Amino acid sequence: MPKDNGIGAATTRREDIRFLTGEGQYTDDINLTGQAHAVFARSDVANGVIKSIDTTAAMDMPGVLAVFTGEDFTEVGGNPAGWLINSRDGEPMKEPKRPVLAHGKVRHVGDAYAAVIAETKQQARDAVEALEVEIEELPAVIDMASAIGGGELVHDEIETNVCFDWGWIEDNRAATDEAIKNAPHVTTLELVNNRLVPNAMEPRASTADYNPGTDEYTLYTTSQNPHLTRLLISAFVLGIPENKLRVVAPDVGGGFGSKIYHYGEEALVLAAAKKLKRPVKWTASRTEAFLTDAHGRDHVTKIELACEKDGTFIAFRTETMANVGAYLSNFSTATPTFLHGTLMAGNYTVPNVYVNVKAVFTNTAPVDAYRGAGRPEATYSIERVIDMAARELGMDPIELRRKNFIKPDQYPFASAAGLEYDSGNYDAQMDKLEAMIDRDGFAARRAESEKNGKLRGLGVNAYIEACGIAPSNLVGVLGSRVGLYDAATVRVNATGNLSVMVGAHSHGQGHETAFPQVVADMLGIEAESIDIVHGDTAKIPFGMGTYGSRSLAVCGSAVVRATEKIIAKAKKIAAHMLEASDGDIELKDGQFSVAGTDKSVSFGEVALKAYIPHQFPIEDIEPGLEETAFYDPANFTYPSGAYACEVEVDPQTGKVTVDRFAAADDFGNIINPMIVTGQVHGGLAQGIGQALVENTTYDENGQLLSASYMDYCMPRADDLPFYQVDHSDGTPCTHNPLGVKGCGEAGAIGSPPTIINAVVDALQSGGHDVAHVDMPLTPSRVWTAMQG
Amino acid sequence: MAQVSMTVNGKTVSGEVEGRTLLAEFLREGLNLTGTHIGCDTSQCGACVVHVNGEAVKSCTMFAMEADGADVGTIEGQANADGSLNVIQQAFQDHHGLQCGFCTPGMVMSAAALLKENPKPSEAEVRTYLEGNICRCTGYHNIVKAIMAASGQDVSAIAAE
Repeated sequence: MPKDNGIGAATTRREDIRFLTGEGQYTDDINLTGQAHAVFARSDVANGVIKSIDTTAAMDMPGVLAVFTGEDFTEVGGNPAGWLINSRDGEPMKEPKRPVLAHGKVRHVGDAYAAVIAETKQQARDAVEALEVEIEELPAVIDMASAIGGGELVHDEIETNVCFDWGWIEDNRAATDEAIKNAPHVTTLELVNNRLVPNAMEPRASTADYNPGTDEYTLYTTSQNPHLTRLLISAFVLGIPENKLRVVAPDVGGGFGSKIYHYGEEALVLAAAKKLKRPVKWTASRTEAFLTDAHGRDHVTKIELACEKDGTFIAFRTETMANVGAYLSNFSTATPTFLHGTLMAGNYTVPNVYVNVKAVFTNTAPVDAYRGAGRPEATYSIERVIDMAARELGMDPIELRRKNFIKPDQYPFASAAGLEYDSGNYDAQMDKLEAMIDRDGFAARRAESEKNGKLRGLGVNAYIEACGIAPSNLVGVLGSRVGLYDAATVRVNATGNLSVMVGAHSHGQGHETAFPQVVADMLGIEAESIDIVHGDTAKIPFGMGTYGSRSLAVCGSAVVRATEKIIAKAKKIAAHMLEASDGDIELKDGQFSVAGTDKSVSFGEVALKAYIPHQFPIEDIEPGLEETAFYDPANFTYPSGAYACEVEVDPQTGKVTVDRFAAADDFGNIINPMIVTGQVHGGLAQGIGQALVENTTYDENGQLLSASYMDYCMPRADDLPFYQVDHSDGTPCTHNPLGVKGCGEAGAIGSPPTIINAVVDALQSGGHDVAHVDMPLTPSRVWTAMQG
Repeated sequence: MAQVSMTVNGKTVSGEVEGRTLLAEFLREGLNLTGTHIGCDTSQCGACVVHVNGEAVKSCTMFAMEADGADVGTIEGQANADGSLNVIQQAFQDHHGLQCGFCTPGMVMSAAALLKENPKPSEAEVRTYLEGNICRCTGYHNIVKAIMAASGQDVSAIAAE
């Protein structure tokens, strides 16, 4: 029987009520008394020297209060990269300054070089048009091969467009080269992991308020991690003391990575609010979002898989160029390296792995972590080359994977790419998947499709990801400049209800429903009496926020630890009230009782006693019932899964239709299966979108050709099927208290290769000698591939 | 600036607008009805769908002045008289048809318009009708399911949870 409350219950979401009735409060919904409006002037060329900006006419426009240019920020710091990567030769990566507003040069279309503040948004918009600006356009460097091969420099001062040239694991390079040289069979594949725009439906927005009486700032902003944003602004960009800056991320309309990062617009509105002594608001248009939100993916890769004639894997070797765009966004250097290279052994017992990644500056928008972040790139490369190898070897692609899977009795398993996987059962997932997709019925369905003039293909895939990113000690050694713990405070109020303050931020993930399920289960009380507080640095403990499928695995563990402290203290109070030893107190169904007796007090009575401590052992126990825990995991978590889909290809047009898609995931233990299923659905849509329709295209001059929803194809309801999702019977994570692994990114990681494998299968079934087609598989690309 | 007046969620309202003020902007900024969202600038995303004289309209495609005298319905006026969720809203909650909530008002308003003209839509009809509403979170599965459930159809055979 499914549970109807607590851990494991498919509880409907309490936050839905406000979203369904229009009462959600997103950043742009907040209006402060006396607020002015900021509008940015953005470069319309990809590379150019700012010769002059004359603000005189703009300042004379109606309603204009101030104009800012890069000149106003030369005395403050820049927006840093959060992860230091060293090149193979030991040299640290190149780190050009990323100023609040472009100064001296503009480096991509959309790069902001000025901002106008006016009484109304329309007045600010009009005044931007009145800025007299001279920018001398320079040749732009857009594609990575040209950028490496002596093209125009994106940053003159660093004298190269290569940010770093990284090897993982460098000590394995010679052995991997040797293994590939001597291998009986080597499959080689060159592929492009297409550049994507995250496209959270809520565009970024920031409103700053300044109190001259206390010198305190408040920033309302679309962030996945308000403390991280505050830290970046305080310690690196503006130098506002952390105790004078409150960052609030209210309801946030999706993130997918793009709202992890600090952006210059946040610093600008803070500076403007101080100067004008009034609130200043900025909300991005969708066009600005396309031009300036950090993009995702954009790898060009060559991967080789060496194996024995029987299909036993010997080595994976990868060479990748990763686009970082014009500036280093906060996680941009970690994404193509430690979130990618460390996963290049996949789910397999392969003994040799070597990865080389060159990160490349170009005159394009910054590229950073987008749902999956490095792990989709790793999975795509591995799972495409395995499929190709299966065809070359004449083996069944599922059997080839099974032959090389890590087996359940091999955990903990040290992968050849440097990670220690704690748990998993890939064969069990594949067994489940074959049933879900009805593999036995495929031949009949293919025959039916062929009768209708269509080609049908079956694609499979296995993935593993490293989630819950942490632990701080490990990531510190690897170059992270931040810790990756999280924090929670459990506050039991005097009347017995609870406020749980968490460092994680919910922008669609349902924390307000799922986290109380955990606390309620532990305390044996109703989840309805527990509220989650998140997204406000003035209310919550210092937490690292939500990304990398980490909220439950890391912050949820902090919630457990804090709740354990609450229980320990409450037992002491109960023991006093019951005149017993605290070792004899048991907690069940919200009642503290003395073991073996009928003496008990309720959770509510203990709470009241904590805050009205009459006849209280004040020498032994402090009043109050509130506890904080910081949790820093011992390892990553390792969600894994097996995916399959069937596609139909219309040979007349090249159009691909996804007929069915099945996902068998291992997320460890599940707190709320309804929410987890929804997370998989969303990830699948983004991954299928990448595979079939989404693409970010710059022309050779650096103009973004896909800068609106008319040009960038977002997956719509009629592009997608109903999905079959199963995450039952997972193998629990062995090192966090809930045994959970994280589910937010899986769908986006596992689905792209599944689709491509299926389309290649369909095309080959029609006699087309097509080994690979780069994403997205638009009708024109597929049709062209079919023509040979 | 010009004066406009209209009925919004059953109440007569009026305000000063510029000729270029969009209906979406008037609702959000003039009337503080911030449930209507703006997700794009090319009338593609559908987060701003409202009802004008009973028809679903993207409120970013219409000037406020064009709605002078009209009967406008927004997400804030969709709940039942006692404040409980209406059938469509309730189906979205029951079937987890929303995550971040940003596209949700437009989805609910579009769904209401669909069910008015087609009380028992097929899966394909729902998917086709939603072409003008983009959701980035849900992969549409649970939105389609919720709308079919709201129409009184049995959705228990549709996969999962």
